[in-house]
Amino acid sequence: MTRTQSWWEWIFRARELSLIVVIVALVVITTLTQPQYLFSEGGVRDLLRTPALYIALAVGEAIVIITRNIDLSIGSILGLSAYFCGNLFHQAPALPIPVVILLTVLFGGILGSVNGLLVAFLKVPALVITLGTLYAYRGIAVLWIGGNFIRPEWVPKEFTQLALSGLFGVPWLLIVAVVVVLLAAWFMTSRRTGRELYAIGSNPDAAVLYGLRTRRLTLLPFVISGTLAGVAGVIYVSIYATGDSKVGLGLELQAVAAAVVGGVAVVGGAGRIWGVALGAFFLATLTTALPVLSIPSLWQQAVVGVLIVGAITLDRVFFVVRQRQARKGLSA
Amino acid sequence: MSHLLELHGVAKGFGQVAALASADLVLDAGTIHALVGENGAGKSTLVKVIGGVYSRDAGEFLLDGESVDFRSTADAKHHGIAVIYQEPTLFPDLTVAENIFVGRQPYTRFGTIDRASMRRSARELTAQLGVPIDPDREARGLSIADQQIVEIAKAISLNARVLIMDEPTAALSGVEVDRLMGVARQLRDEGKGVIFISHRFDEVFALCDTITVMRDGRYIATNPIADVTVDEIIRQMVGRSVENLFPKEEAEIGHVVLDVEHLSRAGVFEDVSFQVRSGEIVCLAGLVGAGRSEIARAVFGVDRYDSGTVKIDGTVVPRHRPAAAMALGMGFVPEDRRKQGLAMTAGVATNITLAIRNQVAKAGFITSKLEQAPAAEWARRLHVKTRALDTHAFMLSGGNQQKVVLAKWLATNPKLLIVDEPTRGIDVGTKAEVHRLISELAGTGVAVLMISSELPEVLGMADRVLTVREGRLTANIARVDASAERVMFAATHAPDSAVET
Repeated sequence: MTRTQSWWEWIFRARELSLIVVIVALVVITTLTQPQYLFSEGGVRDLLRTPALYIALAVGEAIVIITRNIDLSIGSILGLSAYFCGNLFHQAPALPIPVVILLTVLFGGILGSVNGLLVAFLKVPALVITLGTLYAYRGIAVLWIGGNFIRPEWVPKEFTQLALSGLFGVPWLLIVAVVVVLLAAWFMTSRRTGRELYAIGSNPDAAVLYGLRTRRLTLLPFVISGTLAGVAGVIYVSIYATGDSKVGLGLELQAVAAAVVGGVAVVGGAGRIWGVALGAFFLATLTTALPVLSIPSLWQQAVVGVLIVGAITLDRVFFVVRQRQARKGLSA
Repeated sequence: MSHLLELHGVAKGFGQVAALASADLVLDAGTIHALVGENGAGKSTLVKVIGGVYSRDAGEFLLDGESVDFRSTADAKHHGIAVIYQEPTLFPDLTVAENIFVGRQPYTRFGTIDRASMRRSARELTAQLGVPIDPDREARGLSIADQQIVEIAKAISLNARVLIMDEPTAALSGVEVDRLMGVARQLRDEGKGVIFISHRFDEVFALCDTITVMRDGRYIATNPIADVTVDEIIRQMVGRSVENLFPKEEAEIGHVVLDVEHLSRAGVFEDVSFQVRSGEIVCLAGLVGAGRSEIARAVFGVDRYDSGTVKIDGTVVPRHRPAAAMALGMGFVPEDRRKQGLAMTAGVATNITLAIRNQVAKAGFITSKLEQAPAAEWARRLHVKTRALDTHAFMLSGGNQQKVVLAKWLATNPKLLIVDEPTRGIDVGTKAEVHRLISELAGTGVAVLMISSELPEVLGMADRVLTVREGRLTANIARVDASAERVMFAATHAPDSAVET
């Protein structure tokens, strides 16, 4: 039995393909204009490792959006986690690096579960809760860090080396990102719970009538996105080995943008993890390429904005086309 | 020998409203049991109690002779109860196969969903039901009939012993109904118990073995289907007195105000023509989903229609323009006052003056001071009980909220007022007051088009009853000829001939 595949299905599938094409084009054009973008010392490394941070954030955000919620606090969680990580190196230099990493990731998960518990049990819209924690977590960061910052001398050399070295030329950070993507993609497509997350975002009322454990399913994505924001915090410290109370400011919106550009439906229920990863890779590349192309920073934001609006408009157009097709199929 | 499912004296209330007062139902394995009753008789609430959506306030609930107490829909499902609700409960973004198996997809030994086996089972299930559906297609865009097949496949794969179908045939065509009935019989012959809720008596009598009638949240009677007639069932469904309701006052019936000609909207209503005269109350009666509200919404211009004309005092009302309809003297009190009739977080005064804000405004500005005088006047005339005129609408009781909506439209001095379910969820005392208001209004020469699912209300208020069945007018019954049985019969049976109105 062959599956009928219409052109619009193909284009939908090609969302990832077109993203790859655009990313390659962007890198090629930038390199042709300014060869040192790729062919300087660490050029390739930077190209491959910068997206890791975006990917970790965007994958978490995407899982939340798929369940018809949103998490605006991940930029703040990243900031807090980064300082938590740096401070841990400073206060407890005896702790092995893996333990510091683990504690930081756990810390992010706890901050995320606060969001999740509030949304799942108080039934307040996630937009409001996470807007609140966006400011609350940032406020805690300001109180805690004050005028201080992560000092490079706190961070062990072995740790920053993670961001510089790799396995067979593949930067460790990219490997981390790829593992995150593979795990998340497997979880979302091949585990019951992952499919239930799609289900709850697709039709929340039906999920209740069907008997899905909606509270748990609402809570879980926030824990995941907080945890991944913690991972992003670790990545941040390993790349920059510094940072003040403003780390991660506004990154939550970049994550939302990456998810949307990567094909996640803002109304929930649809979107693929590897599309999100490509969306994040694309946005990260864009933020490094545009300055090299000497496009003023004001325009960079405009470009990102146009991309988001374009992606959502495209989704809407496809949705209408799909419905029309479905109706046609019905009357046929 | 115990029964498969047994409920006695089940009660369920929401706030002050008792949706179920005392419901009984006894279902045996290997039978199809019809559950019938008027709109609002409590059938759907009872189904939700059985399905674990609501927990009962009182009463007995036995499954295989043992008392059960479902705490969730998952719990009910676990006990072998599957419900196909009126509203489809599929996940549009998931495939058909996944919709059937969500939450219990088969795993391979690597802990990954076994899509091949899931697909195979889904294909077998739908084929077994005589309707092969591509298991890989998204549920979005499936026809209602196919959605129900998916739901039934879900129920079968759960190995459900009790299958409840809440008005499954309401949106189906003839062939699809036959198919569904075939599936129901097949399940019965396999020894499952099926509860079948329908307003279509031909189907009920063709399919079911036993029939239980409910009315006003109460159990009325259970009989083997062979022992009863349609007339008896209808009598059991409507049997209550009309005396305690406010009868319409005599009013002089004048010229034609509303003239609707050949109004059609594909798949919703067809060739609807009727008139409403000044001083007259015309009721659209029929079952939920028959298309009554849709007709009213199209007349007012909230919804589109494909063809036909609507005239007020001989002037054609432009289609799909509620503002134009209002300018020509139409008012519309919608079905759901909370969502459609009121600005819930605005004050009483603001709500009352909402439709006349252009008259209230001075130099383009509205102040709460300007709203006070007209609002106070209308609140007084309609006896709106509120602490203050700036009290938020959501603070009021249902009855007072409805009075505020009515006041809003009365303030516009309408020629025609459309009222959709004006007394739903309102306590008895205020109900009578709303009836009196509408009646007085007709007395002043306003034409009233009313939609009501409550037969006593229809019979008490209407000068004429138009029955709607599946988007068509089936009868035009004058007040003197209107009886509960006659209206109910016309609302549930296809007409013998076209209706002249």
